[in-house]
Amino acid sequence: MKLLENYDIAIIGGGPAGLAAAIGANEAGAHKESIIVIERDDKLGGILNQCIHNGFGLHTFKEELTGPEYAGRFIDKLLDLEIPYVLNTMVVDIAEGENGTKLITTISKENGLKVIKAKAVVLSMGCRERSRGALNIPGFRPAGVFSAGTAQRLVNIESYMPGKEVVILGSGDIGLIMARRLTLEGAKVKVVAELQPYSGGLKRNIVQCLDDYGIPLKLSHTVTRIDGKERVEGVEISQVDERLKPIKGTEEYYKCDTLLLSVGLIPENELSDSLGVKLSPITSGPVVNESLETSIEGVFACGNVLHVHDLVDFVSEEAKEAGKNAAKFAKIGKTSEENTITLTPENGVRYTVPSTICPENMNDTVTVRFRVANVFKNKYVAVYFDGERVKRTKKMILAPGEMESVVLKKEDLLNKGIKNIKICLED
Amino acid sequence: METKNLICIQCPMGCPLEVTMENGEVIKVSGNTCKRGEIYAKKEVTSPTRTVTSTVKVENGELPLVAVKTKTDIPKSLIFECMAEINKAKVTAPVKIGDVIIENVCGTGVPVVATSNVK
Repeated sequence: MKLLENYDIAIIGGGPAGLAAAIGANEAGAHKESIIVIERDDKLGGILNQCIHNGFGLHTFKEELTGPEYAGRFIDKLLDLEIPYVLNTMVVDIAEGENGTKLITTISKENGLKVIKAKAVVLSMGCRERSRGALNIPGFRPAGVFSAGTAQRLVNIESYMPGKEVVILGSGDIGLIMARRLTLEGAKVKVVAELQPYSGGLKRNIVQCLDDYGIPLKLSHTVTRIDGKERVEGVEISQVDERLKPIKGTEEYYKCDTLLLSVGLIPENELSDSLGVKLSPITSGPVVNESLETSIEGVFACGNVLHVHDLVDFVSEEAKEAGKNAAKFAKIGKTSEENTITLTPENGVRYTVPSTICPENMNDTVTVRFRVANVFKNKYVAVYFDGERVKRTKKMILAPGEMESVVLKKEDLLNKGIKNIKICLED
Repeated sequence: METKNLICIQCPMGCPLEVTMENGEVIKVSGNTCKRGEIYAKKEVTSPTRTVTSTVKVENGELPLVAVKTKTDIPKSLIFECMAEINKAKVTAPVKIGDVIIENVCGTGVPVVATSNVK
């Protein structure tokens, strides 16, 4: 498809977030021809295309879908609405032009180097995996070390098995899913080692991906050596102490030809950063207000580029809001930001998205999403307005791997003169 | 009498369950903190089921594989048998989401269907 010169709303990334944002913008009244979804891959759907396991869509569709099926529902909707999109097109820069216009530099075989203008931008670039380089595991650099997501792509899309005897470091959901997938395809998964004393993955994945197949999960363990020069020949795993330092004398050797890393995801914000969007050191994603608008007017963010989610259903929900707000901005421009309330995470709550709320600009409700710093049992999630507790909800369990949320109502915030909202855990 | 230990997966609590059985019948579930745990434990020890997801080879397609799943859950004990049938299957492009790839996998009456599109 040919790219035009001007759009109202440019959406960067055609994964689950970008698709829902485009649909949300159109539903909020933005004309289909004024929207463009820009995708760097050769198909829409993003990472869902390689997530062939089931468990997606329970919240959105009330049924259990696989990743490609979930993406398929949104792609079909986008096609039905005739919202334009381009594939094989990389956005290499976003800059501010005159009168708040955004200049988006794209590169593709079809359109060459092309700068398009947009009134509003939705950032929906997703995230990428932490790599071996970020872990400082000593040793040579043999073949056979993969990120879990790379192995997933090889097995599910490209039809290659990464190896026969596998050790997995990190118990994130992709690692757990791949432990099962490789076992089903005939590989021997010997162990999953997790640095933390708790798993970073969902409980159901531990039971259905590890326990079902008798794969041991070793908490408070990490890889301390990778053996092999040309190809991985084995790895050494050691127990760690409370400060996560390996304990001498606890080394165990596992013979294997493959090591998968499932050690966390990082929002992909190079574009946001070079545009000058303020990023949070905790989420590595943009700091946003109630409209999911970043520190730069007219630039919105949603999905895993904003903060890493565990359920795609919540990505879609959040992205739809971002799309709606981008459509509103493209139509009426900036609204006043007086009476802005700051949100403060405290006592076990690591961050909140959004981090500010302007009651005048919010919809009827705002969903504040957050993660906790540790595993907590029998705690209350409490909300304070200027030091006064207004709400608390009992939680039997809270874990870092599961995103939490509280919903705030406009009627409770509008014209109340509130300056600060604190969200914290308490007994 | 025999006992089995499970972890409940109905919510993130992950209650450790102890199921007491006699002559193949569940007589007691303990360790659960809600009714859902009891229901889960009973099904899990008497007739555990799983949905199997995998890929099937595609000929003449833009991609070498199409994603598939068992349309409903099948007995857990048949997972590897089901995988063996899936690994033998082959389809020719185009394949669309919902297309039946294997009509009746392992005699369960459950079809294996495509979950992705390959042109």
